[in-house]
Amino acid sequence: MPEEKDKSHLTTNKSGPVTVVEFSDRKILDELSISEIGDELGDLVVRNPGIQLLLNFRNVEHLSSAALGMLITLNKNITAKNGTLKLSDITPQIYEVFKITRLNEVFDIHDTAEHAAKAF
Amino acid sequence: MTRRTHGTPPPRATLSEFASPAPVAGEMTEFDQDNESDYTVVVISSDLSEAKKPEARILRDLRRCGYRNETTFAIKLTLEEAMTNAVKHGNRGDRSKRVTISYSITPERAIFCICDEGPGFDPDEVPDPTSPERLPLPDGRGIMLMRAYMDELYFRKRGREVYFMKRRS
Repeated sequence: MPEEKDKSHLTTNKSGPVTVVEFSDRKILDELSISEIGDELGDLVVRNPGIQLLLNFRNVEHLSSAALGMLITLNKNITAKNGTLKLSDITPQIYEVFKITRLNEVFDIHDTAEHAAKAF
Repeated sequence: MTRRTHGTPPPRATLSEFASPAPVAGEMTEFDQDNESDYTVVVISSDLSEAKKPEARILRDLRRCGYRNETTFAIKLTLEEAMTNAVKHGNRGDRSKRVTISYSITPERAIFCICDEGPGFDPDEVPDPTSPERLPLPDGRGIMLMRAYMDELYFRKRGREVYFMKRRS
């Protein structure tokens, strides 16, 4: 039975060993809210060493370079604690941002959450 | 937030009037040739929540002029990066300093000029964020994205002012 926990910006579900996080609001990934989201995710990582974290982008319609920076820091912190980060359900528009910045080579990105979960 | 909407500006009083010194040879673009457009000027204090306020109206104008989702996405992203740069890096969050946004949206193209009151910077000195040594770093991607998404983009006033233009199609 997945356990659900609502925070201000994120929805967290546990699916077996994988922690699946979704963004609650379509417009959240801007400079204003990004540090709060980064803090929430950072907290999750500190409390769960070795976390297998899947970030599902299905609700995300927009993002900025600040969001990319937050994801890089998150990835680094997860790796430092022997965890793994995967991303899924990124729209073609947003994937283009990853491609332009070559961050599609840095992150493990999957088409769907199902595929990503199987790849841990 | 102060807003002034202009009708047809006087000759030469295009968006380029916000740029000084005058553009150097080779820098002339549609900004300078377009004398007939309405344009809007919004002045805000250096605060990221203030910086979001002009966006709703700009997005509405883009929709009204028939801009596709992809184009609107590109403009929204560039606008956010420019505003963040102006508030955080330009004015360094000093609320006594202002950011001026001038824009003109027509069914053909959208033009923006964002000006801060900070010390400026040299855009040519900004390192490539996709280089192997910079790829793992969390910052420095804003200008690259802006350049990638706009049809024209350049800095003036030693980096305190950025112009960008996107065609509708």
